[in-house]
Amino acid sequence: MTTAAITTDLATTTQPAASVQWSAFGSLLLRDALVVWKTKWAFLLRTIMQPLLFVFVFGYVFPKIGQGIGGRAGAAQFSTLLGPGLIAVAIIFQGIQSVALPMVQEFGYTREIEDRVMAPVPVWAVGAEKIVSGALQSVFAALVVLPFVYLVPSTPVHFSFNWPVIVTLVPLSCLLAGALGLTVGTRVEPRQVPLIFSVLVLPMTMLGAAYYPWTKLGAIPWLKWAVLVNPLVYMCEGMRMGMTNIPHMNGFAIYGAIIGFTLALTWIGIDGFRKRVLT
Amino acid sequence: MVPEATDAAAVHPPASPPVTAITGDEVIRCIGLTKQFPGRGGAPSVMAVDHLDLAVRRGEIFGLLGPNGAGKTTTVGMLTTRVIPTSGQALVGDIDVVAEPALAKQLIGVVPQVNTLDRSLTVFENLYFHGRYFGMGAKASRAAANELLERFKLADRAKADTLTLSGGMAQRVMVARAILHRPAILFLDEPTAGLDPQSRIALWEVVQDLHAQGQTILLTTHYMEEADQLCDRVAIMDHGKILALDTAEGLKASIGADTEIGLQADGDLDALARVLESGDTVTRTQVTGDVLRAYLRGSARGALPRLIARADDAGYSITDVSVTEPTLETVFISLTGKELRE
Ligand SMILES: Nc1ncnc2c1ncn2[C@@H]1O[C@H](COP(=O)(O)OP(=O)(O)OP(=O)(O)O)[C@@H](O)[C@H]1O
Ligand SMILES: [Mg+2]
Repeated sequence: MTTAAITTDLATTTQPAASVQWSAFGSLLLRDALVVWKTKWAFLLRTIMQPLLFVFVFGYVFPKIGQGIGGRAGAAQFSTLLGPGLIAVAIIFQGIQSVALPMVQEFGYTREIEDRVMAPVPVWAVGAEKIVSGALQSVFAALVVLPFVYLVPSTPVHFSFNWPVIVTLVPLSCLLAGALGLTVGTRVEPRQVPLIFSVLVLPMTMLGAAYYPWTKLGAIPWLKWAVLVNPLVYMCEGMRMGMTNIPHMNGFAIYGAIIGFTLALTWIGIDGFRKRVLT
Repeated sequence: MVPEATDAAAVHPPASPPVTAITGDEVIRCIGLTKQFPGRGGAPSVMAVDHLDLAVRRGEIFGLLGPNGAGKTTTVGMLTTRVIPTSGQALVGDIDVVAEPALAKQLIGVVPQVNTLDRSLTVFENLYFHGRYFGMGAKASRAAANELLERFKLADRAKADTLTLSGGMAQRVMVARAILHRPAILFLDEPTAGLDPQSRIALWEVVQDLHAQGQTILLTTHYMEEADQLCDRVAIMDHGKILALDTAEGLKASIGADTEIGLQADGDLDALARVLESGDTVTRTQVTGDVLRAYLRGSARGALPRLIARADDAGYSITDVSVTEPTLETVFISLTGKELRE
């Protein structure tokens, strides 16, 4: 009873130590990790289903039934180019699933994020934590999907990993996905959730160079330029650069765009988070 | 409370002197605090809190009593960093909550008006992680969580899903969570709204217990009994302004009456009020809706028959009579001309 508590002695209160703030940030991540662990089967299911079906139908069934894409050689190349695309889609999808959807619920009606917002860290840090948390889940999603896109196709898959590219582009892409999740999650109302899929996720993936290389779009010049507003294009091309020998977009363009999109979406997402949390 | 660990030595601040012997240190201060919400879609803007001046002293339970829309939640929101004031200043301790929100958040514990328990976590995990968010170590946080579950009679619910809790239990978990990091100031926004009488009393006991340990508490309520029984001082609030501020006793004394007689009668109540006031028994009257309240010095004995006779003589037939002591509701009515709960 004699020692004055740090928290109750108002006169001597100082800025929360950096260590306390980092520890708070780490605990927010730990909380998210626990929630993922508790829902691990749902996590795996939602992560695996879409790429598994895609790689099964287009990489296994199509070649088997002779409904090839670009003949035999084309089919083999297709499986190779599909893999990086599906991994990129899994990454971006995870950002929406793990950050945007829970956040829409939280802001919409459960309000359960309130307690985390009251943690003694700046509000932007709570938003930033969501981006990091989403990014980590996206890394897991990528790792989970990798064996499927390699093993399922009935034609040979030729991956050749360029590690410097992978260890830089994968984390960047995952951060981009988390930031996109925060941006969407802070700007969408609960009743608009179905629209996220039809208006955002579906066009993004179909027009995101996931199922075809961007370089081939030269045949449809307007489309080739139009899809450049889509961050998934750079992620898919980047994954192709890191995993295959398939011709891809210029590496500087890929890095530049991914970094640019990540910064912009982080800014927009955190700004949206602040606006939702503070009135 | 928690036996080991250094932060445990802190417990709560030593019990403060009784309210009558104020030390003068004010742990919450609002200076001209104002929040104006912009009107949406052509609606006029709302002055939710209007140049509020307020000081809450260390160790007291301070009540903000007011009807729906009075600005209680907005005031708490500003003090807890969530609502950015339009103008004015809010200080907890010496910290400006607008300038240094992260620092202010370290000092406060908040139980919001709605259930904000983390639905993805169990009851225990809600408390445990709260401690971790506030920089407590794993061991200290676990110990504090267990200790509070025990103390708030929630130990058997430790592993429960928060959605399975009753309203009263959820509220106790939220209070436990809010005090787990030993905040200097605890904010309770309508802590017993929607609770059944039993849960309400259980929560009052929790609050009184915290008070006995010296916890400074600011609570909002629209139950006058709650303000009356629980709070050392009460500010009556309406339309974003504080209309009166004193102890509950002081506020009731300000009415200048010992007895309140509520009358219902056919006919023009305002005219009846003038009739009654013209006698020497009634010190003042107030008409709200279909009730005429007449305030008297002394008891109703003797006075009541005289009042009824007087009304009768004036041609009114009294249909209902109630006799009470003045309450905070009386004070509210006399200040605003309307009832607290409408
Ligand atoms: N985010 C907001 N945007 C616009 N107006 C708001 C907002 N929040 C509150 N208000 C308005 O401000 C006023 C005060 O609201 P507040 O929630 O502070 O009242 P209260 O005293 O807590 O009421 P209650 O007892 O219903 O909880 C009300 O008129 C309310 O409609
Ligand atoms: Mg309120």
